[in-house]
Amino acid sequence: MAALHFHNVTLGYDRHPAVHHLNGEVAPGALLAVIGPNGAGKSTLLRGIVGILKPLDGSIHLGGLDSRDIAYLPQSAEIDRSFPISVLDFVATGLWRGTGLFGGIGKAAREKILRAIASVGLNGFENRPIGTLSGGQMQRVLFARVLLQDARLIVLDEPFNAIDSKTTADLLALVKHWHGEGRTVLAALHDMEMVRTHFSETLVLARGPVAWGPTAEVLTPENLMVAMRMCEAFDDSAAACSADDARSRAA
Amino acid sequence: MLYDALIGPFTEFEFMRRALAAVIALSLAGAPIGVFLMLRRMSLVGDAMAHAILPGAAVGFLLSGLNLFAMTAGGLIAGFAVAILAGLVARSTGLKEDASLATFYLASLALGVTIVSIKGTNIDLLHVLFGNILAMDDQTLLVVAFNATVTLLVLAVIYRPLVIESVDPLFLRTVSRAGGPAHLAFLALVVINLVNGFQALGTLLAVGLMILPAGIARFWSRDLTVMICIAVVAAAVSGYAGLVLSFQTRVPSGPAIILVASALYTVSVLFGTVGGVVRQLFPGRHLEA
Repeated sequence: MAALHFHNVTLGYDRHPAVHHLNGEVAPGALLAVIGPNGAGKSTLLRGIVGILKPLDGSIHLGGLDSRDIAYLPQSAEIDRSFPISVLDFVATGLWRGTGLFGGIGKAAREKILRAIASVGLNGFENRPIGTLSGGQMQRVLFARVLLQDARLIVLDEPFNAIDSKTTADLLALVKHWHGEGRTVLAALHDMEMVRTHFSETLVLARGPVAWGPTAEVLTPENLMVAMRMCEAFDDSAAACSADDARSRAA
Repeated sequence: MLYDALIGPFTEFEFMRRALAAVIALSLAGAPIGVFLMLRRMSLVGDAMAHAILPGAAVGFLLSGLNLFAMTAGGLIAGFAVAILAGLVARSTGLKEDASLATFYLASLALGVTIVSIKGTNIDLLHVLFGNILAMDDQTLLVVAFNATVTLLVLAVIYRPLVIESVDPLFLRTVSRAGGPAHLAFLALVVINLVNGFQALGTLLAVGLMILPAGIARFWSRDLTVMICIAVVAAAVSGYAGLVLSFQTRVPSGPAIILVASALYTVSVLFGTVGGVVRQLFPGRHLEA
């Protein structure tokens, strides 16, 4: 049973598609990189998967996963960094599935939170307000929260943007650790070198899927050229789409 | 001597005791709401809402006199009507939400003043606009206390989603559907506390006992819980000192309370340990790490 099943999915805003007619499956435990030029619909696709954006057409099946089994790390999280909340409390929100509205955070849960903070290399930062962290440290905090969410499907949108190589290496190790635990991981990326060396499967997206499969086969200069050429045109007066199932393939 | 000035008025006069009880109840409930208003960058929304609920409260006032229950019900209806209408106009026309809210609250304020002055006297109008905490009867006091209790209970229920929604709304949307209801409940609490402040401070100043203490707290702590405690204490102290000031000098009680709060705010801006002016001008030598 697939972890994710796209059935002729079209996602977009104001009826304008950003992801057009996507079909395919993601196997459980896959480590999938989604790449493509700016405006290719990577973020849109991920938003659709986590359920923030409803598909304009088609459907996304989560293979029995509840929305709570998904951990999502958005690209530019709309986080109000000036809000007075400590790293500990912020990371603790990752336990929402267990605590919900009222559940307390006991000793065991506290231990878990501290371990998560330690495993992203932020020992001693527990009581710092999130407003005092650097960009890289904040990204580590967000990874710690994903860690606590203990989700079977982890969706990361450009997780290594504007992050130095040391932090990237640390966080990438976490991603591979999640993969090793059998979780399904999807990440929108644009560092080709990283995709080539660390991700087994790749989806090249340019509104529609250009290619999808094992990274070595998919990540070819030809495919990337095709993706680049699929312009970002946004036609205000575009006619309603009637294409049934233009470009698609099942993985 | 000091006893006469600071405690005497309250042992001697029942209306002063009632006023003190009311102002403490208002502080307990209003100040935490104010902290959230400030942190969610909604300080001026609170102000606008205070004006928006005037027609509803005015209708309640005309139908049943200074009955806080009727005024609360009217205020809630008017407040929600304005909030929803403003939201609808903003969403359907592309007008920004704040601009839309501004037009609605101005219209509401005008309508409210008109309603009061058609049927009431000038005294009534003054009363609605500026309140009179010294004229608090037992029944009103009970309603104030009841509203404050409800506020604290509801706030306890929505506290966690409210905090998470303030920090990271997108995250809350991915893990829970509690964000929307929590926000609505919070708006209801804002309206309830504004109406609650009516009797004491009037429409124009009701929001003062919510926002000023929150502003004060911001200068003394970086921790939410501590901030809320400081805000409550600051509000209660302002209330008490304002009553004493008003008793001794014949300054009207509502403005006296807000003036004391403003004085505390000024001190906080200057000498606060978190981002206060003096602290910024003379930060001391930089630290080692």
